[in-house]
Amino acid sequence: MSIEQVVGLYNYWIVVFLMMTGFYIVIARTNLIKSIIGLNIFQTSVFLLYITMGRINGGTAPIIPAVVADAHAHAHPADAHATDGPAGHSLHETADELIYSNPLPSVLMLTAIVVGIATTALALALIVRIREEYGTVEEDEILELDRYS
Amino acid sequence: MNLIAFAILALLAATAVTVARMRDLWAAIMFTGIYSFLSASWMLILDAPDVAFTEAAVGAGIATVLMLSTLALTGKEERATTRSPLIPLLVVTVTGGALIYGTLDMPHFGDPSDPIHLYPNPSFVEKSQEDMHGLPNVVTAILASYRGYDTLGETTVVLTAGIAVILILRRDESHPEQQESP
Repeated sequence: MSIEQVVGLYNYWIVVFLMMTGFYIVIARTNLIKSIIGLNIFQTSVFLLYITMGRINGGTAPIIPAVVADAHAHAHPADAHATDGPAGHSLHETADELIYSNPLPSVLMLTAIVVGIATTALALALIVRIREEYGTVEEDEILELDRYS
Repeated sequence: MNLIAFAILALLAATAVTVARMRDLWAAIMFTGIYSFLSASWMLILDAPDVAFTEAAVGAGIATVLMLSTLALTGKEERATTRSPLIPLLVVTVTGGALIYGTLDMPHFGDPSDPIHLYPNPSFVEKSQEDMHGLPNVVTAILASYRGYDTLGETTVVLTAGIAVILILRRDESHPEQQESP
């Protein structure tokens, strides 16, 4: 294990640690609310996994500064659509020496966050309903009640 | 910059472990909010301000409020479990070990030659300036236009979840006797 590998991969290891903590909460605890908390931690670690992959060393957020945008608009007024370079033309070679981190993971994770809160709300509503019906939110007590009903 | 990032990562790991060990659900939910906020801070360092804002607002804000209101309806204390934590710990360690073994092949963090930065052709970042008539934020351009159908689908999911929550929590006023039957 070289030092280069540690520097290049530590972000994944942090994410795996957080993910496994969430997984542990889900499988080790019988309280339903605690399970939802575990799922939330798991979910956030997946967001972090994607976001760390989009990062470029020395990069900045993918928001084009007004100065650069103006210069770009005046330089290519008509043939802007012809500016796509050859395949493999990386982000860091374009935009007047400004390096942008990859915007695509951000977009995917924005969608995932909103969908995640929707599913969390649904799960919490189900827990409230289960509590009304069974009088408990402990998984093993619910199974016990089901067995003897 | 690196020192701040490492401090945030250490706090993230500590918060996650604290949540796992805690019995008091109210405190655990508060720590989940802190966890979301810390991950939003790390996202900001990783050049994703849009995701950081959303995570801080939705993860640390709305999720905490939803969980606290559920807690008000269900009860605060988690009952002490009689199950041994050994089997879950074993499962988690084995899974984590397998995942870490899998990361050894992954492209390195922040390297500009990573496949994710080369495909699809990143010139769409430049083109978005023309296509969106000078909209500066590339994330907004992709979210609202290039991947607009995806966002439409996301809105559908939120609508469906909202309708489902209303249907689950609705009290049936017309049949009060049904509430009594088991």
